[in-house]
Amino acid sequence: MPTPGEFYQRDREWQPPAYTKDYKTSVARSPRLALISLQNSVSEITGPVFGHGDVDPIDNDLILNYAKPGEMPIGERIIVHGRVLDENARPVPNTLVEAWQANAGGRYRHKKDTYLAPIDPNFGGCGRTLTDENGYYYFRTVKPGAYPWRNWVNNWRPAHIHLSIFGTGFAQRLITQLYFEGDPLIAQCPIVNTIPDPQAIEQLIARLDMNATIPLDTIAYKFDIVLRGRRSTLFENRLEGN
Amino acid sequence: MPQDLHYLKETPSQTAGPYVHIGLAPGAAGFDIYRQELGWDIAGPNAKGERIRIEGVVIDGTGSPVKDVLIEAWQANGAGVHAHPEGGGAVEEGFRGWGRVITDFETGDWGFDTVKPGPVMGRNGRLMAPHISLWIVARGINIGLNTRLYFSDEAEANAADPVLNLIEWENRRATLIARRETRDGKPVYRFDIRLQGEDETVFFDI
Ligand SMILES: [Fe+3]
Repeated sequence: MPTPGEFYQRDREWQPPAYTKDYKTSVARSPRLALISLQNSVSEITGPVFGHGDVDPIDNDLILNYAKPGEMPIGERIIVHGRVLDENARPVPNTLVEAWQANAGGRYRHKKDTYLAPIDPNFGGCGRTLTDENGYYYFRTVKPGAYPWRNWVNNWRPAHIHLSIFGTGFAQRLITQLYFEGDPLIAQCPIVNTIPDPQAIEQLIARLDMNATIPLDTIAYKFDIVLRGRRSTLFENRLEGN
Repeated sequence: MPQDLHYLKETPSQTAGPYVHIGLAPGAAGFDIYRQELGWDIAGPNAKGERIRIEGVVIDGTGSPVKDVLIEAWQANGAGVHAHPEGGGAVEEGFRGWGRVITDFETGDWGFDTVKPGPVMGRNGRLMAPHISLWIVARGINIGLNTRLYFSDEAEANAADPVLNLIEWENRRATLIARRETRDGKPVYRFDIRLQGEDETVFFDI
């Protein structure tokens, strides 16, 4: 039986480059020399393992995980759900997914955020969960608001949720952002447009999911996440001296 | 048309943004929400080997410290074993070998305590010198940067390391070597990361 080998190389044409002039902060924070290509060793194939002792069941419910007893945050109630898969379309079970976002007014609970929209006393803005054995995950939250940011004078971030995903190997580590179907700010955003391929951008847009929507209660968006796949080791080719 | 390969594409990366702490280290963002935050204790209480501290700063292309960066560290234990089913064996109870490191918002200084990792078997049976894998995210970084930290007191192992030897420009290898110092009798390694410009740190496409 084939055993798992290395991860497929990252498609750097699909991923954003480091230097993207329209996202100004990247200009001084982007390496100018070429990355050194590394074939995977055990240091890249392995990564941290998390278990149910690390997260609590309420951690994926942003409507309740910071609210005072009997209260709830203001905003459009949403479910974000989907699967974490690899490039072979196989589910990635038991992997940690972390989320963070602004509140419904577009304000973050962060000491460095000074936007004039108010903090919501019942909204923390972060959650985390482990995928189940089928790679499935879900969060309940409120839809984040758009917010302005300093790049060009009049830039507004489309509504988005930041997501952090681990996978099984350190080489799969990924942070991305989820956007919502139909938002006209997506096309104008210099951060979205760090991604050169329009089809790749579409991969970050969550789709309204009426089947998963709970009538009279919470609207649902579906968002699948794809991590790097692994090649099967079919042959043991070990050349002498290298 | 030939057959379709049916592979999926990796989800594109986006910057972690300035408020990454809310999600990954909410205490640093200014609030308490989880029973326990993950990644604060890399080695745990039972790890064998030398206890060390690593300190540094991330510097941008203008020479200024990056004050909102988040670094993740991934390493083997003192015996060179990673805490993972494919990591080469068992590790001490409580050793995860993974940690999150955030900077001081005023100075950009960061540091973490761990144990010094042992050498790890690399590709084709060639031993890798002790090292810690680092992954760097921040506002302005579109896709996480991968690098490795090696140790200045492992000159012989470093000279034979298959990854360091891949770096064609020998002078650039020095950007991956943390410098050992002693403070109050304890080992502290200094490791500054330069994102751009003179002495730019070597980053890997892993
Ligand atoms: Fe954001």
